[in-house]
Amino acid sequence: MDTETTMTLEAFADTFVPGEKRSPDDIAIAGAAPGPGAVAAGALELLQTPATGVSSSLDDLVAALNDHAIEYGDEQGLTLDPAVPPFVALSYEHRTALMSTLMGPDHPEKESWILPALFCFMAFDTAAHLDTVGAIKDGHPGLTAMGYAKPDADGLWRFPEYTYGRQLSRAHPRTTSSGDPA
Amino acid sequence: MTSMNGHERTDIAVIGSGFGGAITAYHLAAGGAKVVVLERGPWVPSDEFDHDFKLGTSSTRIFDFVAGDGMSILGGNCVGGGSVVYFATMPRAPRFTFERQGSIGRRMWPAAINRDALDPWYDRVAEALPIYRQSWDDVPYPGGLWAAACDHAGRTANLPNVAIDTSLCTNCNWMMAGCKFDAKRSLLLNYLPAAVSHGAQIRPLHEVQKISKADGWYRLHYNLIDDEDYRVSTGSGTLDAKIVIVAAGAGATPVILQRSEAELGTMPHGVGRYFSGNGERLNTAIIDEDKVREVLGLQRPDGRAYAANQIGRGPTVVCWDHVDGALPEHSRFALEQLYFPPGLGTILAQAPGAEGAAWFGPRKKEMLRHFQSWLTIFILSEDNNEGVFGPPPPTGNAVRISQQMLGRGNLSYEPSKQTLHGWAAADAEIKDILERDGLARVRPWTNDVVGAYTVHPLSSCRIGDDPATSALDDRHELRGHPGIFVTDGSAVPGALTVNPALTIAALAERAIPGIVQAARERGIEVTYGAPAPDGASSARRAARPALASLGARQ
Repeated sequence: MDTETTMTLEAFADTFVPGEKRSPDDIAIAGAAPGPGAVAAGALELLQTPATGVSSSLDDLVAALNDHAIEYGDEQGLTLDPAVPPFVALSYEHRTALMSTLMGPDHPEKESWILPALFCFMAFDTAAHLDTVGAIKDGHPGLTAMGYAKPDADGLWRFPEYTYGRQLSRAHPRTTSSGDPA
Repeated sequence: MTSMNGHERTDIAVIGSGFGGAITAYHLAAGGAKVVVLERGPWVPSDEFDHDFKLGTSSTRIFDFVAGDGMSILGGNCVGGGSVVYFATMPRAPRFTFERQGSIGRRMWPAAINRDALDPWYDRVAEALPIYRQSWDDVPYPGGLWAAACDHAGRTANLPNVAIDTSLCTNCNWMMAGCKFDAKRSLLLNYLPAAVSHGAQIRPLHEVQKISKADGWYRLHYNLIDDEDYRVSTGSGTLDAKIVIVAAGAGATPVILQRSEAELGTMPHGVGRYFSGNGERLNTAIIDEDKVREVLGLQRPDGRAYAANQIGRGPTVVCWDHVDGALPEHSRFALEQLYFPPGLGTILAQAPGAEGAAWFGPRKKEMLRHFQSWLTIFILSEDNNEGVFGPPPPTGNAVRISQQMLGRGNLSYEPSKQTLHGWAAADAEIKDILERDGLARVRPWTNDVVGAYTVHPLSSCRIGDDPATSALDDRHELRGHPGIFVTDGSAVPGALTVNPALTIAALAERAIPGIVQAARERGIEVTYGAPAPDGASSARRAARPALASLGARQ
């Protein structure tokens, strides 16, 4: 994957689950939120996983995204830094505005943007490119940030302590003797 | 058994192995018929169910997400169908649902069916699975919190019956990936093994594409599906049968029938129309932990008030205050506490108070940081059967995008003002309960990303008395196509305001006597009268008075 493709996909993923910059001169990650975001969580690894069905169309996605960024920049009267891909040159607010338009209910390309966006999300909140037990053990940024509970030693989840153990509401007065709505 | 020109034959072919397929396969095999079940998904035993989100584990092997135009369908894709991935909440449908008129200006359900008529069949399923009553000691923290919040707001809240043996349940909340502990009473534990013991053959990874006719038999045309990459077909074949049971699920049954129309002849108008998403919708609340302690007086043994979103087993507590026949149609709904795992359960949730796009961005990321303090509430309301299936895709019921799980189907759904009214009323009720005294901040999930969504697709090939608005007669036979029966969720006439699995199963049980009669008329040696899969027979005895009207030979 070339630098332009990588940077564009990083900026794309960072729009959905934003993260902190990796260094002061990081441009792809806009730094719109504290802590690691989708990129650090492995969004590019997941997007490149063949099982997703989107990995073979990433070059097209990058090209289309940068075309839209140029068009958007013209509409908004922005001067985009020619040294970086056009989408990367947009500020976080402009990236968000552009993606909101492209994924809007009536946009003809809506589905082609939503699908990779979903995988960027999944990289953060499920680590779908990794085995979950290993991801948690290795401190995966998304699952860690969410406070996702750790499994037992055999890699399975069990919660032996799970209940307040007392009645907390009245049943509907017309509940049948079988426990069903009347 | 094969025909003279080499086509495989059986008495009865069943398409799909969820409730509609498993129950029919069991009874017909137990009655002596030769039964073959064709299931498009894999056959995954419980020791292969994973606690893992990685693509390719059971989370994606057995689960399908089919995006449509305005409605996405979530459902099972495996032997056992929806029962393997469902949350096993099993209420009976309230009396008023059977009187619903929806948009057709007359009762949607057949005159022969009301709650009293269906109760003996509910009993049969309850005995077979079996179904359990919950106690307060069974209720995990999220259900307890919802109960306490409802009570604080002057509402009632019930513990619905479940098909879960809570003595085996670990409250791991992985039930959408299959229950590894066999606590959930899926069809893999009752009807399906009983069907196999009576000689039924279950063939996984066989996706039926269409039905044609040949020499007085129905001919099923299927593709063999690769066991890892469901986009790949590894072969094809046919199976001839005298009787066909279509039970591929409400998202697939109408598609198979639409694709069969060119060879079988005109399908009833109701095939692929009147789809209902069971009026479903979700809200997610971010709970204020301190308020839970101060306002509701709840505390866990370790001192935390809640922080237990991940603990439990789907829905365990439901508010039925608006499941009330005195209220007008489209203002009745159940509010059920629910857990979806991350991914499906997090992406569409919107950050309360966020301006603009609220399902992504910094505010949403901050919301995710409070994941353990989420409480998700599931609305089951009355929609208006707005869904219509477009022309079938080349194969299956969707163009598969990902290797597993994600596909694009041809269902269109534009919610009517009545449906939107019900959703708005339910959203307001949740907000009133959960934002009271600062307990939480709550917001509905977005419908802008994948449209509305349902885990309980219904009604796309429904029973009824009116041929213009129902594809099936009240014995589940496809109008104009004798010998083809539909017994899955597509047969349910409309939204129920409760979880529909028990009603789907009860309707399948009720359909068996009529199917047996049709089979006998075609020379198949089959009788009706099998006990529950484990041999229990009290519900069979109780249902006997209903048989005469259903045409069974006793």
